[in-house]
Amino acid sequence: MLAKRIIPCLDVLGGKVVKGENFIGLKDAGGIAGLAAKYSGEGADELVFLDIAASGERRLAKGGWIKKAASALNIPFTVGGGISGIGQIREILRMGADKISLNTAAINNPSLVRDASEKFGAQCVVVAIDARNENGAWRVYSYGGKVSTGLDALAWAKQCEKLGAGEILLTSIDRDGTGKGFDCELTGQVAGIVGIPVIASGGAGSPRDFLDVFTKGKADAALAAGIFHYGSIRIGEVKGYLCDNGVGVRLEK
Amino acid sequence: MGNLGSVSYALKRMGKASSIIHGPKAVEEYDGLIIPGVGSFGPAMERLETFRDGIIGFAQSGKPMLGICLGMQVLFEQGTERGTHEGLSLIGGKVEMLKGTPKLPHVGWNTIELEGKSRLMERIPNRSYAYFAHSYACEPDFKGSIIATTGYGNTFVSAVEQGNVLGVQFHPEKSGAIGELILKNFMELAKECK
Repeated sequence: MLAKRIIPCLDVLGGKVVKGENFIGLKDAGGIAGLAAKYSGEGADELVFLDIAASGERRLAKGGWIKKAASALNIPFTVGGGISGIGQIREILRMGADKISLNTAAINNPSLVRDASEKFGAQCVVVAIDARNENGAWRVYSYGGKVSTGLDALAWAKQCEKLGAGEILLTSIDRDGTGKGFDCELTGQVAGIVGIPVIASGGAGSPRDFLDVFTKGKADAALAAGIFHYGSIRIGEVKGYLCDNGVGVRLEK
Repeated sequence: MGNLGSVSYALKRMGKASSIIHGPKAVEEYDGLIIPGVGSFGPAMERLETFRDGIIGFAQSGKPMLGICLGMQVLFEQGTERGTHEGLSLIGGKVEMLKGTPKLPHVGWNTIELEGKSRLMERIPNRSYAYFAHSYACEPDFKGSIIATTGYGNTFVSAVEQGNVLGVQFHPEKSGAIGELILKNFMELAKECK
């Protein structure tokens, strides 16, 4: 049976891992190499590295750390942040990333999703959607949650699938960094209308939140950063809790 | 063909020497050959065209070769991803889109059910988790070559062993300690054939 995945996310800024609340007020959480090795050892199923300044400053993720991560990790990892062209995607995959994540560039230039999927395969194209609830509807934000696009998150997710995305990384800006739990309603609605895997993100605060997003939210994977970085919850605890509650996860033997 | 880097990194972590072969030269000097691969069947075969004779010669030499993901698929006679494409035809059968699946692509960790005895899967516990990322799977004509299957919608073939030609649909280089053990088994086979 396909296991539900637990994915620690490492937000990278200037070569360091950081995590903030509601995307502002960033705190330093530690070095990339150390955290990557720690998570892999603790049973993370995958890692996501997001260069959060890259899109805002309109520059691409610098590559040195990607090679380091690739040589150290025996699990898959995704790189995102400021990726806006096919050449960059090829370069990042060549440095050893398994997948790339497109966010702002996909909104500004949807054909990039199609081109990347045709060239490198849907399995390595993740589209990240940052959504905020506005008067009962979820709206898509770009540039790291700063710019409102006016796009409807459900319609945009569906379009991404049609363009050839292999997965949707869905972040609730409202919940991000709050520890109040994933937005199961948003996740469930998106997972219900697309035929590709959905990774839920934003709001993880307890093992129970993961159970809820896999059952009520119908997520295929769940991503979290802060709670893992600061050691308030360990991946093993989350997986043990999920296993006890009948959710299939990969446990280290 | 995509994940060349990650396979060579994995071998390096295990302390094994490997080279990435860029042209159709001197494959016969190696003890084992790994064909990695992510992407699409047609373009992959186009890029492999100059290597075709070398790969087939290598297979005929009796030394072990391992196809990973798309690299496993191209070992077969025919791929059906975005049109029909001819493969390397080292194993009889074709490659078809997964059927009856909840979602595609099939991405993530799934269990492998071991079938029969195989050198590649030695010391691997049954129902170990391996990392998959694909939408197509191989359908070998000779069922005896199947060494592992996986359930996702219908059951599909996740590993084959036909003589010295081996293939895994999952990514051992990304499958944690279990994946490393499978790569180690392959390297041991290569060492024996030296």
